[in-house]
Amino acid sequence: MKQFNAQRREALKAGSATAIFGLFVSAGLVSPSHAQGAWNQAAFSAKGIADVVKGLGGSAPTPTKDVSWGSTPEIAENGAVVPVAVESKIPKTESISILVEKNPSSLTASFTIPDGTDPMVSTRVKMGETSMVHALIKADGKFHIASREIKVTLGGCGG
Amino acid sequence: MADPMRIRAKVEGDKTVVRVLMSHEMETGQRKDSAGKVIPAHFIQQVTATHNGKTVLSAQWGPAISKNPYLQFQFSGAKAGDKLQVTWIDNKGDKRTDEAAIAQ
Repeated sequence: MKQFNAQRREALKAGSATAIFGLFVSAGLVSPSHAQGAWNQAAFSAKGIADVVKGLGGSAPTPTKDVSWGSTPEIAENGAVVPVAVESKIPKTESISILVEKNPSSLTASFTIPDGTDPMVSTRVKMGETSMVHALIKADGKFHIASREIKVTLGGCGG
Repeated sequence: MADPMRIRAKVEGDKTVVRVLMSHEMETGQRKDSAGKVIPAHFIQQVTATHNGKTVLSAQWGPAISKNPYLQFQFSGAKAGDKLQVTWIDNKGDKRTDEAAIAQ
């Protein structure tokens, strides 16, 4: 009887070990395969510059003139396709975000700049109307902001 | 599956200049169709560019990036013939990766 009990214990141990192994497997299966950072819902749905900065993990950005706007126009004829180029001259630039103040969601794009990549990006954005456009630069952990107005004429009607 | 991206990567001096043209509707979720129904948002949310397995640019986008998005950036440390990969993921979970050889 004693021996039988011992065998039973062994069987139970083996059983639980299998169960634990199974847990590891299922844990491995459910681990996120897309390890990239999730899309920043809070920052992209924020209204107003201050809330966007907060959504990106900063507060009260310092105004800067160390940003070049490259080929960004001052007057855009077509609000659906406005070329925006931003180059940061601030050392240790970590990220560049583009904000269109009067769009339904101000934050348009946020680029992460790793070491070895120049702190300059250009893309095309949509603008509903004439608006201030801001370049929000994170450098060495601090936020800086540069701004310029882009006028949208929409077909030359003088909008 | 969406149409392929057009990727141009070119060595210019000691930098590699990358230009990408993606094919995507970039629907904002603000527009209405002729029946007055809101057209649901459909836009690219994340973009990643890698060279030899190293991320050289990553981005998060909102719906205000123009239709058929254009992106230009430049980085150091690549040579002609190296491969550059670009991946995007949109808000419906659709995903596309394309690759280009870096030109001289």
